[in-house]
Amino acid sequence: MTARSHRLPEGGRIDRSRTLSFLFDGQSYLGHPGDTLASALLANGVRVVGRSFKLHRPRGVFAYGVNEPNALVTLGTGVDGEANVRATMIELRQGLVAHSQNRWPSLAFDVMGVNDWFKSAFAAGFYYKTFMGPAKKSWMTYEPWIRRAAGLGRSGTGSDSRRYGRRNITTDVLVVGGGPAGLAAACAAGRMGVRVLLVEQQPELGGSLLEDREGSAAASFVDMMEQELAGLDTVRVLKRTTVFGAYDHGVFGLVERPSPEAAPAAGERFIVVRSRAAVVATGALERHVPFGDNDRPGIMLASAARTYLNRYGVLCGRRVVVFTTNDHAYPAALDLAAAGATVSIIDPRPGPGPAMKAAVERAGVGLLSGHVVAEARGRAGVQSVLVAGYDAARGGTQPVWFELPADLVCVSGGYDPQVHLTSQLGGKAVWSDAAASFCSARQVGDAWASGAVTGVMSTTEVIADGLAQGRAAAIAAGGRGDPGGLRVSADLAASESPAAMMPLWDVPPPPSFRRRRKRFIDLQNDVSQSDVALAAREGYVSVEHMKRYTTLGMGTDQGKVANVVGLANLAAVTERAIADVGTTTYRPPYTPISVGALAGLETGQHSTPLRRTSLDLLHEAAGAVFVDAGHWRRPWYYPLKGETIDEAYRREALAVRTTVGMVDVSTLGKIDVQGPDTATFLDRIYVNAMSTLKVGRVRYGVMLRDDGLVLDDGTVARLGDAHFLVTTTTAEAGKVMSHLEGLLATVWPDLKVHVASVTDQWAAIAVAGPRALALLQDAAGARAAWLSDLPHMGLADGVIDGLPVRAHRVSFSGERAYELFVPSGYAAALWRRLAGSGGRHGLTLYGTEAMATLRIEKGHVAGNEIDGRMTLGDLGLAGLAKPGRHFIGSALMRREALMAPERPALVGLVPIDRGQRVRQGAILQPAGGPHEGHGLGHVSSTTFSPILGHYIALGFVAGGSARMGGQVDACSPVHGETVRCEVVSPKFYDPTGARLHA
Amino acid sequence: MRIHCPHCGTRDHTEFSYGGDATVTRPPLEDGDIDRWHAAVFLRPNPKGIHREYWHHALGCRSWLIVERDTLTHRISATRLAGSDEGAGS
Repeated sequence: MTARSHRLPEGGRIDRSRTLSFLFDGQSYLGHPGDTLASALLANGVRVVGRSFKLHRPRGVFAYGVNEPNALVTLGTGVDGEANVRATMIELRQGLVAHSQNRWPSLAFDVMGVNDWFKSAFAAGFYYKTFMGPAKKSWMTYEPWIRRAAGLGRSGTGSDSRRYGRRNITTDVLVVGGGPAGLAAACAAGRMGVRVLLVEQQPELGGSLLEDREGSAAASFVDMMEQELAGLDTVRVLKRTTVFGAYDHGVFGLVERPSPEAAPAAGERFIVVRSRAAVVATGALERHVPFGDNDRPGIMLASAARTYLNRYGVLCGRRVVVFTTNDHAYPAALDLAAAGATVSIIDPRPGPGPAMKAAVERAGVGLLSGHVVAEARGRAGVQSVLVAGYDAARGGTQPVWFELPADLVCVSGGYDPQVHLTSQLGGKAVWSDAAASFCSARQVGDAWASGAVTGVMSTTEVIADGLAQGRAAAIAAGGRGDPGGLRVSADLAASESPAAMMPLWDVPPPPSFRRRRKRFIDLQNDVSQSDVALAAREGYVSVEHMKRYTTLGMGTDQGKVANVVGLANLAAVTERAIADVGTTTYRPPYTPISVGALAGLETGQHSTPLRRTSLDLLHEAAGAVFVDAGHWRRPWYYPLKGETIDEAYRREALAVRTTVGMVDVSTLGKIDVQGPDTATFLDRIYVNAMSTLKVGRVRYGVMLRDDGLVLDDGTVARLGDAHFLVTTTTAEAGKVMSHLEGLLATVWPDLKVHVASVTDQWAAIAVAGPRALALLQDAAGARAAWLSDLPHMGLADGVIDGLPVRAHRVSFSGERAYELFVPSGYAAALWRRLAGSGGRHGLTLYGTEAMATLRIEKGHVAGNEIDGRMTLGDLGLAGLAKPGRHFIGSALMRREALMAPERPALVGLVPIDRGQRVRQGAILQPAGGPHEGHGLGHVSSTTFSPILGHYIALGFVAGGSARMGGQVDACSPVHGETVRCEVVSPKFYDPTGARLHA
Repeated sequence: MRIHCPHCGTRDHTEFSYGGDATVTRPPLEDGDIDRWHAAVFLRPNPKGIHREYWHHALGCRSWLIVERDTLTHRISATRLAGSDEGAGS
């Protein structure tokens, strides 16, 4: 062991035959396969690994697993740099690059460390009180500075190049946790013939047993169980995988970390497990005891110091003080002493159990009972501790103290069962005085908690419990037979006869101390005992409020070391029992998951399905610019060379008004409705009657919701006595289909009606304009009579150039128009045929932008107007609903507020200064002001009208048509614009509809 | 959550959409009484325990189901096709 190295010459579960080099803050270090970044840094004598969140205090490694509060690093660089990764969970690999966080300019010298000198200012609620109080505006000024000063790492920006997998696993029994309970449970269930999935978050099975020395009874048990499980073909094992969430009906969310052997591009993998039963053997994690400056580097959990020694061969200090309230930390003291350290145990109790006491004496470890560590000294790393007597009866520190040199302080305040998963399932964690913590419910539905998570701490009892709960889960999952037992070495039992632990939640300074040091509860969030006390004084006595006021238990570790200590301190200052204080709610995830893992491969173009109409390739060939319409992509406009969107849509719209245009309307929702009761059914869902529609005719219809507001509009075509085709808007097609299916299934199961979506089966092309018929006749050649004879709102089946076509003569543009429905496979042929005949008729392809222009000119409502808040009257469609007819929504549409005459209703708007434009979304205010509040209404749709030569708009204004001829101001605060408008009829163009027959 | 569809078997809840309270009695369309309709459309008891509700198997067979679910534990005690007694049981 060199001066710099803390690695022992032998021992540990690392592969010393290979050496790995890695970079931390630009400095090169060496480690071995089997190391974590944390163990490798400790082996290299790196004590300070980060700066704290608010106070920028230097911090070192505190734990060895998922509960690490301090050692957060940024892993990798550039776009794939991952911030806030726990160094204790990073398996070392060759060439690994990591950086410390929250320091500027460097870890050793951090400017923001001045925060620590002003720490009394940074008490709980500091930001709220200072910046959100009376001088609220100051928050705006200071926020960027504060966000920079307080915070953790920063993610890379740009696209993540890693590949994140997704996997589904179905199993009979899921066993969460590969410690002694989980190993036994998996074995029991596996022997009973059910499929078992055993999940362990560490790279190795064993859990807490891995804290023990090589060759120990614990290590042998792990080896035995690995062999046993390998021999069971019912059992699958997933390592490096965390069960982060437990959901209803046996569903669990898992995240699997790539092994260090995996390709560098491999990201985490998100796994969904569906199981019939589960064993939750998540164990317990050690907690600490707050004392003065208890965050100094070199202070860590006793279990961590022992693990770094036995598992990684790293001796973290040579002069060791073990401060413990329980017997479970004594083996750490013994192992450290055996490795050559000078060890003193400080225990506030009268002493440990007799076996431990004898072992300590044999090993020559100093034991000072009835004492506590009251303060640590040494800023960049602990150098000594101040030890004082402890008065257990009074719960206070004695005035007499002495200083004890130490370069490693191991703390143990007991163990907290990891009750997250059973709590997520709804099993309330229950306070146990014996364990001095919250313990898991034994069973929640088909999940059985087992082992330390239930508060059982003796290894032999934990193993027996694992067998029993594994059996219970297996039976629930259909397993049979007897799982039998396991050979448990007598040595495993021999070390167990602990004295009761002492709950100790805070070590107040001896009365003789002049300076009060911070006693940290939550190291990651810099929350100290005084912050919890302050929160309580200010009335935040509910545990949920205290958490949010102080941020205790937030962050990447979610308070795994801090929570119960925090609850106990809140209980103490509010003079309540800890059980009465209760816990905050446990929600997934148990540990952080990268967003990339949740997204999986569903990124970029795979994030949402893209629907293309059957004419999509032709649009592309025609140079269309596309726009997203829900999942569809539709031609927005077809620019000629050098044309802007404004030039293009105006040209396209004008062509429809003067010659003929063609647009792909295949995205319309199409629902085929058949059955003897179809007419009755449609009468009930539309505000206007459909039973009176004659075969071969088409009618415009509007549907309401139960609450009387407009759901959707579209056309209804009667193809036969009992056969209708309903069209819906593109946007609402799915919703309307579900609505109709729901009504038939739940409200009128007696109606003999069947609905089927045929949106994808039929393409639709609208041909509109004064030369529309001429074009169609041309395309249809000699057999065009069926088109020539088609009346407005009529439909007919026919043939165009050998293609079967159904034509509806309906118009959205206001021009003579034909909607041609054709089986999707024939759509391209029909489109080409029409385009081929189009040249001599001045055919222009048009997109959704020109389509909108045309319908706005006609005052036809669309999605901008039918926004889910409008009544028939608001849309100017009240006349459709004949009095006395009953349909969905007919009762509630008559509610008083929906009938109020001052409701904003549809009008047209024209700028007084014809050169001005009106903005969509502009607020309509009284002309000349005052321009306040919600005003009189809003602008829903706007366009430049090429046929009229100026901007027009549709909008809703209080009183509606009563304001016709008056003026309003269209205000767009976003653009800083106010445009004076005249209120006119929404039918801007051809109000009598003469052109439909042109 | 996993829901048993009488046609498709037990499937993830992500295939279904919630379809509302199945215990509500809708007034007939001919009933123009606003209060009765208001109660049917807007007022819900929000019970703790067994609740009967509609689920639409939107990404499956598109059946509407009546699901008996415990609002406290999410345990599903029975599912059947809406408008029939078919497929009763869990």
